[in-house]
Amino acid sequence: MMQDDRRPFARKLDLKNGQVDMSHGSGGKAMAQLVEELFGAAFDNPLLARRNDQAVFDPPPGRLAVTTDSYVVSPLFFPGGDIGSLAVHGTVNDLAMAGARPLYLTAGFIIEEGFALRDLARIVASMAAAAAEAGVAIVTGDTKVVERGKGDGVFINTTGIGAVPPGVAPSGDRARPGDAVLVSGFVGDHGVAIMSTRENLSFETTIASDSAALHGLVAAMVDAVPDVHVLRDPTRGGLATTLNEIARQSGVGMLLDERAIPVRGEVAAACELLGLDPFYVANEGKLVAICAPGDAARLLDTMRGHPLGIDAAVIGTVIDDDHRFVQLQTTFGGKRIVDWLAGEQLPRIC
Amino acid sequence: MRYVDEYRDGALASRAAAAIAAEADPGRHYALMEFCGGHTHAICRYGIEDLLPPNVSMIHGPGCPVCVLPIGRLDMAIELAMRPEVILCTYGDMMRVPGRDRTSLMKAKAGGADIRMVYGSGDALRVARDNPGREVVFFAIGFETTAPTTAVALVQAAALNLRNFSVFANHVLTPSAIQAILDSPEVTATGTVRVDGFIGPGHVSTIIGSAPYERFARDYRRPIVVSGFEPLDIMQSVLMLVRQLNEGRCEVENQFSRAVSRDGNGKAQALVERVFELRDSFEWRGLGTIPDSALQIREEFADWDAERRWQLRYVPVADNRACSCAQILRGAKKPLDCAIFGTACTPENPMGSCMVSPEGSCAAYYLYGRWRDIPQQAKAG
Amino acid sequence: MCLALPARIVEIHSDDSATVSLGGVRKQVSTALIEEPAVGDYVIVHVGYALSRLDPAEAERTLALLAALDRPAREQEPEQEDAAA
Repeated sequence: MMQDDRRPFARKLDLKNGQVDMSHGSGGKAMAQLVEELFGAAFDNPLLARRNDQAVFDPPPGRLAVTTDSYVVSPLFFPGGDIGSLAVHGTVNDLAMAGARPLYLTAGFIIEEGFALRDLARIVASMAAAAAEAGVAIVTGDTKVVERGKGDGVFINTTGIGAVPPGVAPSGDRARPGDAVLVSGFVGDHGVAIMSTRENLSFETTIASDSAALHGLVAAMVDAVPDVHVLRDPTRGGLATTLNEIARQSGVGMLLDERAIPVRGEVAAACELLGLDPFYVANEGKLVAICAPGDAARLLDTMRGHPLGIDAAVIGTVIDDDHRFVQLQTTFGGKRIVDWLAGEQLPRIC
Repeated sequence: MRYVDEYRDGALASRAAAAIAAEADPGRHYALMEFCGGHTHAICRYGIEDLLPPNVSMIHGPGCPVCVLPIGRLDMAIELAMRPEVILCTYGDMMRVPGRDRTSLMKAKAGGADIRMVYGSGDALRVARDNPGREVVFFAIGFETTAPTTAVALVQAAALNLRNFSVFANHVLTPSAIQAILDSPEVTATGTVRVDGFIGPGHVSTIIGSAPYERFARDYRRPIVVSGFEPLDIMQSVLMLVRQLNEGRCEVENQFSRAVSRDGNGKAQALVERVFELRDSFEWRGLGTIPDSALQIREEFADWDAERRWQLRYVPVADNRACSCAQILRGAKKPLDCAIFGTACTPENPMGSCMVSPEGSCAAYYLYGRWRDIPQQAKAG
Repeated sequence: MCLALPARIVEIHSDDSATVSLGGVRKQVSTALIEEPAVGDYVIVHVGYALSRLDPAEAERTLALLAALDRPAREQEPEQEDAAA
């Protein structure tokens, strides 16, 4: 049978019942078809459309930010998102925490043999939608297939490039005693949403992941307060771990007010059930900001004026402390430290 | 959360604190032991020590089931988990407890053992039903609170004739531990540990009732207040103990009356009685070998007893010599007195069991309270 | 020891189990350890089991005892408290 080069693939991908097999990562025609019909169609943009192994573009004026992150979440689909939207939001947010406007993403897929094409298509569509909403283009990518049992469905790596506006230089080492510590909203939603779906922990909650791209919120914040000292998104390890990282980088302590930290009732309840502390539970659509005390009111107002920062709050202050402890004034009236997360946060009975 | 949030009220806390300060006799010291790790955790988590006058001090007791399990028993669990046919189901708490040669279930899992974290014995039963070709072992630990839940699983396994399920039972009994503390040389002979009264187990007592503590109040002349686990419960219990000591009373009082009765939960007690019998002796970390202090599975349920099925043998293992867990569990040392606290032994890299569970004294101190001691250390140095 | 929490029974199932609600979070737990569970009861939940029923009258009584404690001096004199801090 003659091959028609205008229609290079004899049959369309079976997105309903098909599976990824080793040929989809082999570099041959099957892979070309997967890239063409799935990734290319979903992520379509002029740079990607050239089908080169790299994207070439003119750099924007000023400084660039670059970041990379790999996504290995289980389950792949969870209330409020999936690994695809997460892979966009997470990397966009890492750029945004430098005050950057995200421009381009790359996408690397490591797919386990036997993975349903239907699920892959769903993930890719979600990724495309998240990228479109965030205004970033996925301009180059990579696909590998590993044998069954050697992956967990699909892993995604995304690298992001963004442009940092002049005069904006938030960094984890810039917290100074007296600075205000702010958080953009309720903490712990993402981790609780993920845990609610885990086998053997099953509980029912209406909590959905807070997964969201924060660069719009950050743009408004750096517009209002260009000299914001620190921006960071409290993902793995949660708020507590993020604040400890900043305290160490900046060589300072912090004093938090437990009453001021926004935690949803259901998140608090789920954490009680599992013996976890919401301050250690992951977020994917929240940020911590630290700024000079005189800027705090303006920054808070700006955050609350943005849909992703409506529940923002000032939660504490940076203090001078050689030991770099993050301390908490409890609602009960006592004081304690909020330490680094030790090991993995495991549900406990005791 | 109803019946939770009310007992964490900061305004009521300051009233209770003022009442304790007003009623505590400045001329005497009140050394109170909270038996349960849950109380230890709440005390550190809510900063309760900040709310107590300096002459009321809390001594952390041995009531953390993760902490008192000796290394040898953990080694047995790891040995089981390493068997290729076995799926070991465990509470998350046990995953990072160091065994012999600093192994742990977490490390065994990384090495290929099939270890599943479960929320309770019911989940372990489900794993057994879902994996008929595998041997599913439930690693049962805990005091009288948890023992009846293991008993239910055993009764259900027997009723279903679920042959691929078994239980590695490590349930221990609180009155035995209280007795061991009161009989320990530090309390009786040397007098290095003074315990004027006990904050008694709350959740354990929902099952066994408050009556089992009456002999301690009577024979050892120590007041005991069975307490709930919210911070206000603990504050109120401290106040009740201060009052008893001021008035020279030694009684069992029940602060946790919303959940605990004198006689406890008869249905749960009957289930435990049906499935378990007393072990002749059991080694506790820190407290040594105590007769009649733990439960073993009765002959009737022998088919579901992992110790019998694999003929597991207990080999005692000495604690790391630098580790002071044993003394800390008896109240003879505070976490800071241990030479390796916060240096060689941290929650990321625990040497002893007290540094693992958030209910362990060392972990609770390290995670929540160590800032409090640093100025004192600096002064002392 | 032993993480346990009061939760309200919202549904009884046939197999010795019930759905409980804690602050809006729902979970199915075994009721094999308690007598005659009923919707609306508060139970103490531990490792997926209801351990005992909670007595609302006793809960109120405990809170009333706490509420009856005198107001502390420092609450009435906030200026002094600030100065001390």
